[in-house]
Amino acid sequence: MAFFDRLKAGLAKTRSNLVGRASSLFSKPVDDSVLEDLEEILIMSDVGPAAANEIIESIRSKNAKGGVTDLKAALKAEMANLLNDDSGLLMVDRPFVIMVVGVNGVGKTTSIGKMSKKYYDEGMQVTLAAGDTFRAAAIEQLEIWARRTNAQLVKHQSGSDPAAVAYDAVISASARSSDVVIVDTAGRLHTKSNLMDELKKIHRVIGKAMPHAPHEVLLVLDATTGQNALQQAKTFNKMTALTGIILTKLDGSAKGGIVLAIKKELGLPVKLIGVGEGVEDLQDFNSTEYVEALFQDV
Amino acid sequence: MFESLSEKLDGVFKKLKGRALLKEEDVAAAMKEVRMALLEADVNFRVVKDFVEKVRSRAVGKEVMESITPGQQVVKIVNDELVSLMGKTHSGIRLAPNLPTIIMMIGLQGSGKTTSVAKVAKTYKKEGRRPLLVAADTQRPAAITQLQTLGDQVGVPVYATREKDDPVRICKDALNKARTDGHDILILDTAGRLQIDDDLMKQLQDIKSTVVPNEVLLVADAMTGQEAVNIAETFDEKIGIDGVILTKMDGDARGGAALSIMWVTGKPVKFMGVGEKLDPLEPFYPDRMASRILGMGDVLSLIEKAQDVVEEKEAIELEKKLRTNTFTLEDLRDQMRQVRKMGPLQSVLGMIPGLGPNLKNVDVDESRLNKVEAIINSMTKKERRNYAIIKGSRRRRIANGSGTTVAEVNRVLKQYIQMKKMMKKFKGGGIKGMKLPGMPKFM
Repeated sequence: MAFFDRLKAGLAKTRSNLVGRASSLFSKPVDDSVLEDLEEILIMSDVGPAAANEIIESIRSKNAKGGVTDLKAALKAEMANLLNDDSGLLMVDRPFVIMVVGVNGVGKTTSIGKMSKKYYDEGMQVTLAAGDTFRAAAIEQLEIWARRTNAQLVKHQSGSDPAAVAYDAVISASARSSDVVIVDTAGRLHTKSNLMDELKKIHRVIGKAMPHAPHEVLLVLDATTGQNALQQAKTFNKMTALTGIILTKLDGSAKGGIVLAIKKELGLPVKLIGVGEGVEDLQDFNSTEYVEALFQDV
Repeated sequence: MFESLSEKLDGVFKKLKGRALLKEEDVAAAMKEVRMALLEADVNFRVVKDFVEKVRSRAVGKEVMESITPGQQVVKIVNDELVSLMGKTHSGIRLAPNLPTIIMMIGLQGSGKTTSVAKVAKTYKKEGRRPLLVAADTQRPAAITQLQTLGDQVGVPVYATREKDDPVRICKDALNKARTDGHDILILDTAGRLQIDDDLMKQLQDIKSTVVPNEVLLVADAMTGQEAVNIAETFDEKIGIDGVILTKMDGDARGGAALSIMWVTGKPVKFMGVGEKLDPLEPFYPDRMASRILGMGDVLSLIEKAQDVVEEKEAIELEKKLRTNTFTLEDLRDQMRQVRKMGPLQSVLGMIPGLGPNLKNVDVDESRLNKVEAIINSMTKKERRNYAIIKGSRRRRIANGSGTTVAEVNRVLKQYIQMKKMMKKFKGGGIKGMKLPGMPKFM
């Protein structure tokens, strides 16, 4: 349960803020004002007005029917129920092609480095595609990660066509019988339609190199991002049909609540979470563990 | 940027606008919506509470009740409170009496520090100063290479040593170098860190006490949620900040972070980062931002930008052309270039009053403007001055030359002719150099 402890440590701030504040409410009898306070706490944790409302309304109706005696257990159950989807990353084919997208500065390249390490430790051969041909030194950054994790790197010149890089990476991975291909892309704000079109193209071209690829399209979200995370997910989803979320920087954020908002609004499962700086701190998301860690010691 | 918030407030006030008199329960209903809108805009909860209370206490007072247009009154109150919340006027960077002025940039990972460093450098270089950039981010792989590349792009030298060197030492050595080489601005790019990482926070304190910067700027992402307050508060408490740079303002984040940070730290937002291109940073004016939040546009910034890129002489000449109706395709091309010099079109359009919310779903496709320019470039001088001679075979040649189709050439010509017609009707008044009645058609 080493990871559980790390998760717990990483979520310490969330716990003290979200649950710590909620715990003073748990001892009171459940009434409208207690529920209102609870809703405020949820909103403050970036859960978002819509998801917060659903959780609160569900508890309210249960309370009206039979009376909720244990508010803490009820809240825990609601959150777990909302999150309940731990599909993870299933290797359906070989090479298993993962495309990683997101806005600027959320930690795409770093997450890819950590994923590469994880697959390497599991004894797999990994190919990384340096598809961020735009940002200064992005290729060099991925190159360093490739060296650290013994992965193959496929790169072109800075400023070249990212779709071509992705294509070459998939072809070369098939030829070398690599197990996993992870395609990096340049960070782009979801409001830039021409850049979003480019993503569509990368996606399409990967499909030409290998039928049914990419098998996973993961959106990287920064946990400190507020409600705009939903807008990002919606727009990216429209362009490339996302299969899941990687949630990063969860250790610095006092609120892990965005996880609930994303699941509620988009039905997109969180597949990986980053709870620390260490290479091993990117882990499969487990909703039970996540909620357990949140409510530990309360 | 803030359009979504202004839309929300618009909705609230539309309900109020129909009423002659405000009842207390009307105000309560409006305040509830203001509260939700602000929360959804990621304004911090504590700030929202304080803000709504202020507005409510003023709104239920006589001022509104007796006013003939209560809706407008509430808009005014919200606007006033927003301005006072974000600080009253724009505050820039104070230059040090003894050279060099040292600017230290700090923030979370991925907030946009390195890009902002390059933009600040560009801003000062434009003023004729000699900045030196310092690569003190030894943490992230290739961060030094990134700063070197950006330094090359803006034409500013970068002080860098091997990775793994001690950042405190790097900064100290860079300061000595700046003094010897006569640089007047020294900008430190530090590694991104979480505010709860005590070791790395200690390192920042060490850098600060060693080089004693004149300005410590916190770089914060405009998309930050409720956490913005904790980030700003902790960095201010542990390091002490003088101001904030708010980045990624070209996204559609509602930007509540801007409101929150100032309220909690009392420190001003000094600049905004818009776009990835290495344009200078834009100053942050709270009054204009408040107007923007309320959907009243940002005309002042627009005029300033226009003045920046439009030469007075050119403007007078253009005015004359408009008056005498000798506006040629060549002039159209110059106009387009000038408008585009003002920055990404999306951000320019966002400043035009009334357009804000309507443009939310309009895609400004810069590549279409490129096409228009290519088409005009493919014409001969004679053709540009007299469009009437452009017949079938010339159109085919222009289409081939610009890599477009005859239909696209036709479209540009048609729009140009329409523009000319409109200009005939449109004479005198307005802002110099800003007369572009038909411009939106090209987008």
